[in-house]
Amino acid sequence: MRKRSLLSTAAAYPHIVWMVLFIVAPLLFVLYYAFTDPSGAFTLENVTALGSHKTTFVLSIALSVIATFLCFIIGYPLAWIISRADPGRQRIYMMLIMLPMWTNLLIRTYSMMAIMDDGGFLNGILAALHLGKVHLIGTKGAVLFGMVYDFLPYMVLPIYTVMNKIDPRLTEAASDLGAGGWRVLTKVTMPLSMSGVVSGITMVFVPSISTFYISQKLGGGSFELIGDTIERQFQNETTYNVGAMISLVMMVLILISLAVMNKFSDESEEILP
Amino acid sequence: MEKIIELKNISKSFDGEAVLKHIDLYIGNSEFITLLGPSGCGKTTTLRIIGGFEKPDEGDVIFEGTRINDVPAHKRSVNTVFQKYALFPHLNVFENIAFALRLQKCPKEEIRRRVKEMLSLVALEGFERKNVTLLSGGQQQRVAIARALISHPKILLLDEPLGALDLKLRKDMQNELKNIQKQTGITFIYVTHDQEEALSMSDTVVVMADGEIQQIGTPIDIYNEPVNAFVADFIGESNIVDGVMPADRTVRFSGHTFECLDGGFAANEAVDVVIRPEDIDVVSPDQSPLTGTVTGVTFKGVHYEIIVDVGGFKWMIQSTDFVEEGARIGLKIGPDDIHVMKKSRYSGLYGDYSSFSDELDELSDADKVEE
Amino acid sequence: MKTLSKIYLWLILALLYIPIIVLIVFSFNKSGGTGGFTGFSLYWYRELFRNAEAFSALKNTLILALAAACLSTVIGTAAAVGLEKMKSRHVKQVILSTTNVPMMNPDIVTGISMMLLFVFVGGMLGMTEKLNFFTLLIAHVTFCLPYVLLSVRPRLRQLDRALPEAAKDLGCTPVGSFFRVELPNIFGGVMSGFVMAFTLSLDDFVISYFTTGSSYQTLPLLIYSMTKKEVKPDIYALSTLIVAAVLLLLILSNVLGGRERSKK
Repeated sequence: MRKRSLLSTAAAYPHIVWMVLFIVAPLLFVLYYAFTDPSGAFTLENVTALGSHKTTFVLSIALSVIATFLCFIIGYPLAWIISRADPGRQRIYMMLIMLPMWTNLLIRTYSMMAIMDDGGFLNGILAALHLGKVHLIGTKGAVLFGMVYDFLPYMVLPIYTVMNKIDPRLTEAASDLGAGGWRVLTKVTMPLSMSGVVSGITMVFVPSISTFYISQKLGGGSFELIGDTIERQFQNETTYNVGAMISLVMMVLILISLAVMNKFSDESEEILP
Repeated sequence: MEKIIELKNISKSFDGEAVLKHIDLYIGNSEFITLLGPSGCGKTTTLRIIGGFEKPDEGDVIFEGTRINDVPAHKRSVNTVFQKYALFPHLNVFENIAFALRLQKCPKEEIRRRVKEMLSLVALEGFERKNVTLLSGGQQQRVAIARALISHPKILLLDEPLGALDLKLRKDMQNELKNIQKQTGITFIYVTHDQEEALSMSDTVVVMADGEIQQIGTPIDIYNEPVNAFVADFIGESNIVDGVMPADRTVRFSGHTFECLDGGFAANEAVDVVIRPEDIDVVSPDQSPLTGTVTGVTFKGVHYEIIVDVGGFKWMIQSTDFVEEGARIGLKIGPDDIHVMKKSRYSGLYGDYSSFSDELDELSDADKVEE
Repeated sequence: MKTLSKIYLWLILALLYIPIIVLIVFSFNKSGGTGGFTGFSLYWYRELFRNAEAFSALKNTLILALAAACLSTVIGTAAAVGLEKMKSRHVKQVILSTTNVPMMNPDIVTGISMMLLFVFVGGMLGMTEKLNFFTLLIAHVTFCLPYVLLSVRPRLRQLDRALPEAAKDLGCTPVGSFFRVELPNIFGGVMSGFVMAFTLSLDDFVISYFTTGSSYQTLPLLIYSMTKKEVKPDIYALSTLIVAAVLLLLILSNVLGGRERSKK
């Protein structure tokens, strides 16, 4: 209804220019590089090159799906328990969950290494108890553990946020109508917290599937994930094109899974820190 | 009376929907003028055009003889009291009121003096350091008025300023606003949908509907001589019946001929006849040609509100005498109780009380406040 | 049930914290490594403080974070204001969705996409050093922008629309009204956007990794290059200091935030 002057929409122009230059243009460059060779000529060779990375893709998807699932299994009850604590305590618990999130990913991953290393904390304890050594670094389990450890807070936070917004009268009404604790959880809380679950899954899945640091450190170089492959391609200018193609495929993969995810929840509100 | 602002042939539409259609209006200096009408009638848009917040699509806004269509709001010596006050929440009472003076780079001493003056004008002495968000509605209202008046504008625009206050406070503020207007001599242009407020405060009332001005006049004129069925119905309660004018000073309605004071119509011209409920006397059926059956009686404090079925048409009568529901009564109407109006597009839409309900009336009032 | 919940909660929290605590404890270990604690020592801290690289990386990180936070806050706040005034919902949605791309996209893709742009444009301009402080700054501003918009826009939408009108009515120019009325009322959102941008920039590794040149190293990049070599406990010391700084900031912001709340 109100008339807006041109002058004030102009405030958004620097941002729009910035976006076009540094968000849209770079993505177009990914597209360009993906379909050209190092000399700049059009080629589909990079598509065929994907074939040699098939096992990497499969492994990455498998590990990140399992990691996301584990985060959900661990994180959902955690969020639920916290959301039912008394409000003062809720703040403290969430602070405790968030603190590792504010600590750099490299440090968190590195601290995992300090635990799992052959000469690390865990083996030190085992040795002290005369239980022999376990070799963890370099196994897929270690990478999985690292993903869950690093990204669990990203699952808890959005689910907690949504649960916290659920009108307590709804759950009260449900128990008033005779629903027991379990039924309140499954019939009221769970459906209402779906949007949080969707954001949580997104926030864990995306960094898991694209990580390269976790696999480098905890995987010990014994196998590669997509992130590692992309990182390796960009060490050398001659393989930029293949790297761009792999990135493009990963992006499309993520977009598809996000679209599928969003179908599962009607309200796809974004819940972010 | 000296004209301070003139609207000439103003039209305005939003998204292709005409909100104002060819408005012509002038406002005299030091006048208290009210734009009155239901929500969506264009009164707020008219106000916003005068304030400089909207530009008319067509027509001119003339301020003291110069066209000001293109003068932006901040350069007009017109200030506004907004519907929900729009006080600046980050500033205290003093700074809110001093806002305009700070912009004009007034000396500190003068600002302090003038804010003090304003605070005493709106009876808020001692509130300087208070947080505006913690004030009551009435107090916020006063701060808004003081803030708008401090730079001595030529015109003060008030957009439903009392809408958010409760009834008692509203009545007090009405008196206070009227006093402030008299004291300062500033032209007040007041927008409301509350007819009682309009009648009790204004020098001139402008009744608007559907983007058009229906009638301009003093409150007494508007009440006694409504120009059409819309005005008659919107201002106070009215029984509006179809009639014909066989000759001057004679009108025929409800199957009977009555003497009246109106004239100037063509012979046998179809007209709308307005009779105010308080002008009708209840008499015994044999004393009046107009008789009917009482279908409802409501006690209203000062009077009873009586709904009477006269040949299928429901009339409202306000009377201090009690009558039984179901009783047959006569309706006595004198010549000066009858007001004859030309037919308009509002004919037949208003003035029948067959579906009348107090509750519905209040509900629709509440809607309007939300506007 | 209640106790079971409590046990579960504290168990997870313990698992979350044990590695960090181990890291902190062993940063004071006389011998390197985490296999066994051989005695308290500040040796690794002394070692760290002798490392000039660490100090320059810290300085670089802070300069970059400050610059990125300032720039993204200014651009983002202006954008939020402009978007609020924008008529077409459709255009607004397109702009917002595009803005959020770096938030939704994996960091590695954002990183390499910008790297490709910089390398390509740098090559066209014939620059020898295609990646440098400015490319890093551009990258950081880009991924901070969605968060600034995210914290400013809700405040702006809560703002009574009549306020800027009231300011203009009282004689403010449109620009004056922004600085005198709108900005003070959305300042909380602008500040939290700034803090968010600052911390994100401090914390970023992946995007920086791809968009910086050899001349500009930040703390996360330093940690990365340190961890590429064999395990050396001076990283434990550095990490301990960073965790302490984060903890301090979090407590500080919570105390300040709590005070702000109780004032209202």
